[in-house]
Amino acid sequence: MRDGSASPDPVRMSQELTPDTTIGQRLPLVDSWEKVSGRGVYIEDMRFPNMLHARMVRASVAHGLVRRVDLGTARRVPGFVAALVPGERGTDIHFGVLPISEDETALSAPRVLYQGDIVAAVACEDELAARDAALAVRVEYEERAPVLRPKDALQETSDPLHARSVGGTNIHKTVDQAFGDVERAFAEAHAQAGGEFRFHGVNHAFTEPIGCIAVPEPDGRMTLYSATQVPHYVHLALAKVLEMPLHRIRVVKPLVGGGFGGKSDPFPHEMVAALLARKTGRPVKVIFDREEVFLNNHGRHPTAYRLQVAADREGRLTGLDAHALIDGGAWASFGVVTTYYNGVLSQGPYRLPAFRYGGRRVYTNKPPSGAMRGHGAVNARFALETSLDELAEQLGTDPFDLRAQNALPPNTVTLNHLRITSNGFLECLERVRSASEWDRKFRRLPYGRGIGLGCGFYISGSALPIHRTRTPQSTVHVKIDVDGGVTIHSMAADIGQGSDTMLAQCVAEAIGVRMLRCRVLAKDTDTAPLDLGSYSSRVTFMAGNAALRAGEVIRRKLTHACARLTGRRAEDFVPGGDETYVHRDEPSIRVRYDDALAEALADNGALIAKGVYRAPKLGGGHKGSGAGLSPTYSYQAFVAELEVDAETGFVKVEKVWAAHDVGKALNVTAVEGQIEGSIHMGLGQALSEEMRYGGGQLLNGSLLDYKIPTPLEMPEVEVHIVESNDPEGPLGAKECGEGALAPILPAVANAIYDAVGVRLREVPMTPERVLAALEDRSRRERRAGVAAGKSA
Amino acid sequence: MQQTPLSRPRKALHLRVNGHDREVYVRDADTLLDVLREAVGLTGTKRGCDLGTCGCCAVQIDGRPVLSCLTLAAEAQDAEITTVEGLAGPERFTPLQQAWAEAGASQCGFCTAGFLMTADALLREHPAPSREQIKAAVSGNLCRCTGFIKIVDAIARSAAAQHALRSPCATAAPAPTQCA
Repeated sequence: MRDGSASPDPVRMSQELTPDTTIGQRLPLVDSWEKVSGRGVYIEDMRFPNMLHARMVRASVAHGLVRRVDLGTARRVPGFVAALVPGERGTDIHFGVLPISEDETALSAPRVLYQGDIVAAVACEDELAARDAALAVRVEYEERAPVLRPKDALQETSDPLHARSVGGTNIHKTVDQAFGDVERAFAEAHAQAGGEFRFHGVNHAFTEPIGCIAVPEPDGRMTLYSATQVPHYVHLALAKVLEMPLHRIRVVKPLVGGGFGGKSDPFPHEMVAALLARKTGRPVKVIFDREEVFLNNHGRHPTAYRLQVAADREGRLTGLDAHALIDGGAWASFGVVTTYYNGVLSQGPYRLPAFRYGGRRVYTNKPPSGAMRGHGAVNARFALETSLDELAEQLGTDPFDLRAQNALPPNTVTLNHLRITSNGFLECLERVRSASEWDRKFRRLPYGRGIGLGCGFYISGSALPIHRTRTPQSTVHVKIDVDGGVTIHSMAADIGQGSDTMLAQCVAEAIGVRMLRCRVLAKDTDTAPLDLGSYSSRVTFMAGNAALRAGEVIRRKLTHACARLTGRRAEDFVPGGDETYVHRDEPSIRVRYDDALAEALADNGALIAKGVYRAPKLGGGHKGSGAGLSPTYSYQAFVAELEVDAETGFVKVEKVWAAHDVGKALNVTAVEGQIEGSIHMGLGQALSEEMRYGGGQLLNGSLLDYKIPTPLEMPEVEVHIVESNDPEGPLGAKECGEGALAPILPAVANAIYDAVGVRLREVPMTPERVLAALEDRSRRERRAGVAAGKSA
Repeated sequence: MQQTPLSRPRKALHLRVNGHDREVYVRDADTLLDVLREAVGLTGTKRGCDLGTCGCCAVQIDGRPVLSCLTLAAEAQDAEITTVEGLAGPERFTPLQQAWAEAGASQCGFCTAGFLMTADALLREHPAPSREQIKAAVSGNLCRCTGFIKIVDAIARSAAAQHALRSPCATAAPAPTQCA
């Protein structure tokens, strides 16, 4: 083990695994069987007696004031039951995922902020009636000039989109940070690289449309079933909007068909469903169509990024200067965090003695941007990693060597006070350099064929909770009764990433029983203890630690029972495999789990245990020092090999070698699945995905026009799992589901440069943009040729 | 008075779903997807887009994969319709479903039914497909979680397992409860 730093509450490390452990094996997810049988229940599959169907009435203008909402003929649509219109109780109460920027309301009135904003809603006896009724609602607007370009949003205005924007502008959040002497670093630089980058907005494009059902209970409580990653934040927002105490509200998460950050805010439609349910006294269901999913968005922010990186004669990085102009769209969402992450997460995995960052997130009249897999780090990472490629070329050094030379060591602190513990970055570099045969290929492949490197660094759970409370970020309860089954309660949200499987693995491992005994109930705020939910790559690290601790408490109860049965000391019993506890010095003394359990239950009843996780106190004292803090970080090095068709500009990525320091792979199949899926999503942003607008109107809100890679575009992927055994991670584990996205974009861009010699700084790198870059180069070469000819 | 959904007339329609006869009352414009999910009550078939772009709603009609969101229920009159619920027997999963779970081909699982129905049809036509054939066959199905890699793995693995099953000393796939 590499680390010397103290863990607040040490848990067992992977080298002490039980004899028949599942840790580090290949396991099907515990919910695979309901998924392959078609019996898994997602939100659209749920129905309740007497249920109504609601449909949102969406703004037809990008910016305007609602003058009048006329239900008109909607009331006469057979099956019409109720409408929710501006001015009704609860529709104007502010909520939002971050308490520092709650700027959303159930209905957007009097001001609508984007084309698609929710103005009103109708509830009808069936879905088709709701569609007809919603179409019949007439809304009159006093149109205002929309703010569409982020640079316009920087200007002072007499009519800002939000009351709380910065100084009479449409700036939502400003971040300025500087560490070390950046001016001097650039003045004395031997080499520097960088430029201006442009990133278009992208959407999560999960397969399951967003939806929820609000059920008013006979006793006056409200239950919301919702496809959400963050039941707790939805719970808090509902309490605020319904003006009800938390204990009168229950949030239930069915199976969720993908999230990737796109289901990690409390949303207006959830509030609308609850308000309509209260108004009608009947269950109300909302299911978005695909276009509404795109309009709801909360995807990755369109961003203009400016970056320069400097190095000295020996190739040491001496300074980084970065500026981001981030298009937040209509609402705040996670935007404060996004604004910080675009800078602070560029401080790894390299040592930097000087760093400056300026970030501006602005409001515009477009669908809101929010958190998306690799939140805040993806665009910034592209700018840094492609600039490092350029810097390596200027310095005449190999891109791998430049990165290895500047790698952060384990157990250190960055300039902005991020605590670095386990760090497998060098091993990541070594693994893919060798596997990809980099040294044989780099700058040596024929024209049109290229290879490129991109690296990464990501948080493994945000250490600072969104709400500053002393409540642990994850709590897990475990119960065992006479049936011998192990019931695990948690509010960690499985959205397909396999967190239920991870919880079962951790608890089974800690107790020393088969996973088959475990059943995970992680969906209901009435029964499960608090967990903040699935975002910031926090679940394995935080809920996993809590689960291990709860399991260890249970095991101590069982080993004490072993002691009573054998007359030996409880501390000497360890899991002996095959569901037994064995005496560590006298292996002939074994107690079966069933016998130990019967003894433990005698006189006491069901075994109950709780485990908690709370991140240690970290960070410096500077403004914004909480952003980017994590109990540990993941590291990546990816190589992409591809072909560029110089005639069409089409890029075909053929193979990706992906090394990721995951601390410890608890379930190898799941870890590979996260990395492969991240590469798919990253390749989409790299090559084809882009939310396109005409004025304020989204032009491609369908999966036909918004192009995610299909099986035919997906390259072969070779995953290299690097295990640095994190000292504080559950059995050594850390994140693998988000950090794996960012490196593929610069790896592709750097490989395009290797293939055809053009650097692309606008993403996605569509055939049109690649071709334009090639033509631009040809023009410049011809001009240079003419100039050279004249002077000759 | 405008004609509205609730007032549109419904007609009796005979469907044969997963080997069982069903009589349902549908409107002319009702899609097979709607009728399977609402009238028949089989919710394993998913609605991802309702536009024929994602493949989540794929079912089989007479053994061929079709997008049920683009198929009128009336078109499926008297045909053999198979949905994901009709793949497995009461006691055991098909080798394809087994391989799907073991390979990690489902993450969120929302696209799974559509993929299974497409892949099942492929394997009946091509018992030993190449990876390229598999990719081409499922190229109309979208998955946002897996990057398709473990999906192609599962289909290839299932083809190999079915090949083994046809050999004389084959043993049946274990019951699902033995696998977690």
